Amino acid sequence: MDIENIKSQFPIFSKKINGKPLVYLDSSNSSQKPISVINRLDSFYKNEFSNIGRSIHSLSVNATNKFDETRMSVKKFINASSKEEIIFTKNATESINLIASTFGQQNIKKGDEILITELEHHSNYVPWHYLREDKGAVIKFAPINKDGDIIISDLEKLISSKTKIIAVTHLSNVTGTIVPVKEIIDIAHKKNIPVLVDGCQSAPHLKIDVKDLDCDFYAISGHKVYGPTGVGILYAKKKWLEQLPPYIGGGGMISEVKKDRISYAQLPEKYEAGTMSTAEVVAFNESIKFMESIGIDNLISHERELTNYALEKLKAINFVNVIGNPKNKAGVISFTIKGIHPHDIATILDEDAVAIRAGHHCCQILHEKLKLNATARASFGVYNTKDDIDILCKAIENCRKVFDLK
Amino acid sequence: MDLKELYQDIILEHGKSPRNFGKCSGHNHEAKGYNPLCGDQVQVYLKLNNKKNVEEVTFEGSGCAISIASTSIMTELVKGKSLEIAKKIVNEFLNMIKSGSEIKTNDLNEDQKTKIMSLSGVKQYPMRVKCATLSWHTLVSALDGKKAEVNTENKINE
Repeated sequence: MDIENIKSQFPIFSKKINGKPLVYLDSSNSSQKPISVINRLDSFYKNEFSNIGRSIHSLSVNATNKFDETRMSVKKFINASSKEEIIFTKNATESINLIASTFGQQNIKKGDEILITELEHHSNYVPWHYLREDKGAVIKFAPINKDGDIIISDLEKLISSKTKIIAVTHLSNVTGTIVPVKEIIDIAHKKNIPVLVDGCQSAPHLKIDVKDLDCDFYAISGHKVYGPTGVGILYAKKKWLEQLPPYIGGGGMISEVKKDRISYAQLPEKYEAGTMSTAEVVAFNESIKFMESIGIDNLISHERELTNYALEKLKAINFVNVIGNPKNKAGVISFTIKGIHPHDIATILDEDAVAIRAGHHCCQILHEKLKLNATARASFGVYNTKDDIDILCKAIENCRKVFDLK
Repeated sequence: MDLKELYQDIILEHGKSPRNFGKCSGHNHEAKGYNPLCGDQVQVYLKLNNKKNVEEVTFEGSGCAISIASTSIMTELVKGKSLEIAKKIVNEFLNMIKSGSEIKTNDLNEDQKTKIMSLSGVKQYPMRVKCATLSWHTLVSALDGKKAEVNTENKINE
């Protein structure tokens, strides 16, 4: 795998930050964009722009086709059964909200239980909390152990006859834990409980096969998969999308509108009300092509090598504490430094153009469990190199100098 | 940008060994501050005497070096001041951080001016301004006897 060639496809890396080459270690937050995606946005707006699905003119027909091509690419990318199972949203957060709201409306009543985990991002907790507030649902949290792994037997114990849905992340954005979701889905399905998988972090780092997982719902954010902002994906089994009520109401999602009744459009339009992020969805097709041009297996092995190298280097620095030690870990490493708050670490690293994230990473439940207010996080993308890790480690050493710590 | 302008020795020293840390006995005012973006929190305790002078001021909380140092320095500067002067100092501080205004007040001695000005480097780091200002807003809330928690995302966006 030719990393230099891959990196050269990302224009941002030719820019200097604070006079130094950018070391971007914040891909769990959002990934950088390859030139093909940027060019596609540009060319679509310049030469092909029209709204989709509403007009008969040539531009609209073309735009509608291009929009649909991305849907077909996503279907193939995650191995869905049909394009009707692919709904475009604004982001994974909206995808999860869509299911929490519509599933909740139809299936949750007072005392019913929703099972999530302590690893969840706020976007896979807050939407379920709404059901706790509105419907009197109960939210249970499957615990993690000290390594940051979900203990499946503990999770299983929390399933009861009242459990109506399980919502779980595929990959933690703090500990990098790869959660054995297939195992969880198997257990849940034996008890006829549907499972939503938050695939926000896994989509850019793992091979996603929704048929193999047999998940009921899978949420993805396009901007983390080298795509534009404003593109989210909800995969849902067709039977659910047919059965669940619509979510956002408006143009494009209706079949027939009368003064006394309204019927809704077929899938997938039933869940795509109003003007969508048309250009961004069209350009997202280039993100998938980019991922496919590298090959997901190559990407996984590159990131695994990088993660192992980074862990080895970071653990060798005696004042760095790496958070969690999960059995299977992807390229997300959270850490703390004794005597220096993560915000100060992030400011000092930024001086060396090393972009990391500091804070609770939208995982306050997890940080409470870890008894930490905040952590620093380095997360990788396909463009990162071992040099980046070396620069990170040097910049970390500099933190001690700035703080005059021995 | 020079990191040493931000992390001056005074700041590092106060960050490591904050003054007036803990709950003071006999406090009759207190307020909480919270920064939801990072989870930092601060609690300011005040003892205002019947002449409305700040007899004691202490704090508890967790945060970065900037926020701890800023709070520690703040307590040193307003201790012994009248409520009115304390608020004036807060305003001077906030103007310095937000618009780079000079500290003009005669209510601080030279040593105190050096301390407050050691925080002026924060202005160059917009993402860190809230770290430095949270406790000062919280102090005002305590001085005014307000009950609501100070939240950086609700209150400090002016």
